[in-house]
Amino acid sequence: MIAPPDEAGVAEAVRAAHAAREPLAIEGRGTKRAMLRPVQAARTLSTRGLTGITLYRPTEMVISARAGTPIPEIEAALAEHNQQLIAEPPDTRALFGTEEPATLGGVVGANLSGPRRITWGAMRDHVLGIRAVNGTGEVFRSGGRVLKNVTGLDLCKLLTGAHGTLGVLTEITLKVLPRAESSGSLVLRVADIASGVRALSAALGTPYGVSGAALLPDGHGAMQGCLAIARIEDFAESVTYRLDRLRAELAAQGEAALLGREASEALWRDIRDAAPLNPAPEEAVWRLYLAPSRAPAACAALRQAFDARLLLDWGGGLIWVAGPATEAAHGAVMQAAAGGSFTLFRGPDALRAAVPVLPAEPLPLAAIGARVKSVLDPAGILNPGRLRA
Amino acid sequence: MISLPEPKPEILARRASILADLARLLPADAVIGEEIRLRPYETDGLSAYRQMPLAVVLPRTTQEVAEVLRYCHANEIRVVPRGAGTSLSGGALPLADAVVIGLMRMNRIREINFEDRYAVVEAGVTNIGITKAVEGEGFFYAPDPSSQLACMIGGNVMMNSGGAHCLKYGVTANNLLGVTFVTIEGEVVEIGGTHLDAAGYDWLGLITGSEGQLGLVTEVTVRILRGPEGARAMLAAFDSVEVAGQAVDAIIGAGVIPVALEFMDKPCIHACEAFAHAGYPLDAEAMLIIEVEGSQAEQDMLLGRIRDICAQFKPISMKLAESAEQSLAIWKGRKGAFGAVGRISPDYLCMDGTIPTGELPFVLKRIGEMSTQYGLGVANVFHAGDGNLHPLIMFDANDPESFRKAEAFGADILKLCVEVGGCLTGEHGVGVEKRDLMTVQFTARELDLQRDIKSAFDPGWLLNTAKVFPLEGNARITA
Repeated sequence: MIAPPDEAGVAEAVRAAHAAREPLAIEGRGTKRAMLRPVQAARTLSTRGLTGITLYRPTEMVISARAGTPIPEIEAALAEHNQQLIAEPPDTRALFGTEEPATLGGVVGANLSGPRRITWGAMRDHVLGIRAVNGTGEVFRSGGRVLKNVTGLDLCKLLTGAHGTLGVLTEITLKVLPRAESSGSLVLRVADIASGVRALSAALGTPYGVSGAALLPDGHGAMQGCLAIARIEDFAESVTYRLDRLRAELAAQGEAALLGREASEALWRDIRDAAPLNPAPEEAVWRLYLAPSRAPAACAALRQAFDARLLLDWGGGLIWVAGPATEAAHGAVMQAAAGGSFTLFRGPDALRAAVPVLPAEPLPLAAIGARVKSVLDPAGILNPGRLRA
Repeated sequence: MISLPEPKPEILARRASILADLARLLPADAVIGEEIRLRPYETDGLSAYRQMPLAVVLPRTTQEVAEVLRYCHANEIRVVPRGAGTSLSGGALPLADAVVIGLMRMNRIREINFEDRYAVVEAGVTNIGITKAVEGEGFFYAPDPSSQLACMIGGNVMMNSGGAHCLKYGVTANNLLGVTFVTIEGEVVEIGGTHLDAAGYDWLGLITGSEGQLGLVTEVTVRILRGPEGARAMLAAFDSVEVAGQAVDAIIGAGVIPVALEFMDKPCIHACEAFAHAGYPLDAEAMLIIEVEGSQAEQDMLLGRIRDICAQFKPISMKLAESAEQSLAIWKGRKGAFGAVGRISPDYLCMDGTIPTGELPFVLKRIGEMSTQYGLGVANVFHAGDGNLHPLIMFDANDPESFRKAEAFGADILKLCVEVGGCLTGEHGVGVEKRDLMTVQFTARELDLQRDIKSAFDPGWLLNTAKVFPLEGNARITA
């Protein structure tokens, strides 16, 4: 493994690999090696040596850090000023069975967003600027450190979610927000997934600023049954008022309970990390992205196809699925995600190498994509095969 | 003045046959060739620049757009996309050898889904038209550029438009789910859809704000949001720019994110007050308009907190709206700011840089010095929460020297924005106006990378040629 201490070192390593036409596996701390397709590369280039927060202006709601900075370090720095990462990215340590925490570069490279995405946007929505090294070893920047910027083509968006295939992120600037003074949740016991999604749509259609809307079909801890959960994060007076209003307006949707701040925070950490899925080591995990009203039919189809364990977030717009790591199960996921999108989030190498881990692109886009790839990585050395065979 | 590339003589020579071809591809009323009917298209919101196009087409369907693009691609004819023509950066300025594709006839709302909270609309639907279509159910479309009565969603996507309320709700890019995209080859591709995230490369994010460089967008799926119970504004006036800036920092630092946080300097306050009689304090050096949302009690609570924070900075006056009407009165002056400046000066250039908010006092001081140096007045409006600064430079367009000075003044302001860590444009786009300043913000290699990404979509550089990227050093544009 090559783990340079700085950006210049990363650039040099990529330049050498480009000259030698030698593929590189790009990673931070390697916490997502079991995500998407396995990369065939003799050498690994890690950004773990690029650490540290380089700029933090709480009153400007902006933080910059080198790509290898562990997420907990960033969260701790933000917490000192009572701020937070807006998109609430999952802590994937339990899901991937890794000890090490994810890095900023990894979370941005994977565009990994958690529950707050439904109201406050995805990880990619908060990337204000990047520094990166392209596949020939050149350093380039896009965006900047201000909240509003439409100057030139937005390569931040292109690299966010590209899983290291278009460039090696070396430094990232994010918009952040204050943590809410308080929070709490309304938990509704609903008849089934369809009525749960309806309840969450109703909750998201209220003026109360619901900042999390999840469905736990198999209960959670002591709470039994199919649970629809709506979260409010706001000033203490507003949390009380808004939860009361929500409970009143959703009274017909199911038996209701309110969770105070501590219980609510613990529950949403579990939802964020998909902890209730608790997959066995040999099982696969998928994420499906659909319009919420399509979720009930998709869930029914998945349950019919295999022993699918489900967790719905984003009002039903995100379905986490755990099940057997078979091509048959994967085929059912692909079918259920028709009209939306999916990723094979975690699975054994054999399955990940054998199936499309995300949907195929329309032909004209695939052709443009190939040309864009050859602009940024002409020799095709960055994470070859990570997204598609 | 910014230069435009030499028109291709062979295209100009074939004008009659091109018009005849277009008339075969499209219904007769969708092709414009007569000079008198082309005239309205010669400029956009940056009216200092004018150029008659080769032809204008007004397609009604995605298929018609695709036909025109396929034809232009095959014949190497340049194309300029246009929505309502409200661009303040000359994004829709024609070229003499280009076909303007106007999307204003594509103005149908295709689908509204309250359960899944999205609307599918054609590119020519106005920004306000989306909100009008969903407000009966209490919903709205969040980005609200000041041109929202006229500007169209297709143009909003191409420029990644913002507005006064993006501090809370984000800009266009943050409120899109999908687009129907037409490539220069005339291929129609659905990008995104009705779901929140798509795996794979974020084409939607790259296309948003691409200023017509990559392809055309004919249909847009936007998120619609349930509106708040209510909203109310307050006004706080200070006797120095620095202190007003400190008050903004303190509000954000206390964890209060208002839905809007607007700053006006003294010249702007005076212009707006003379225009709108909103009751603005004329003795103030700086004034903040702060808006919060929620129930009546929540508005009271939030405005109370903000009032207490502002009070620590010895404001010379504060006014809390007690009703929706009083809120409107507070906003009235700000919303009319551009018109108000237009009233005291024959013409003005509206600049659009972004700066780190902490740099505001320094930047305003420097702008004041430049104003003296150039001998031109300037009024500043500022989205204080997100750092987007709109200096309005006053000049007289009938005096070429005055216009030249105004452009140089504007360029100096934008260079200053980049110097202090900001950028050339926060929401208006680069267009033709800021094209030659791109080298201030990007290195030659960075610009070349962006150009190469454009080439991946548009190898012949036919799409909105001569915008965004400096012509100098760009061998890809051939006359």
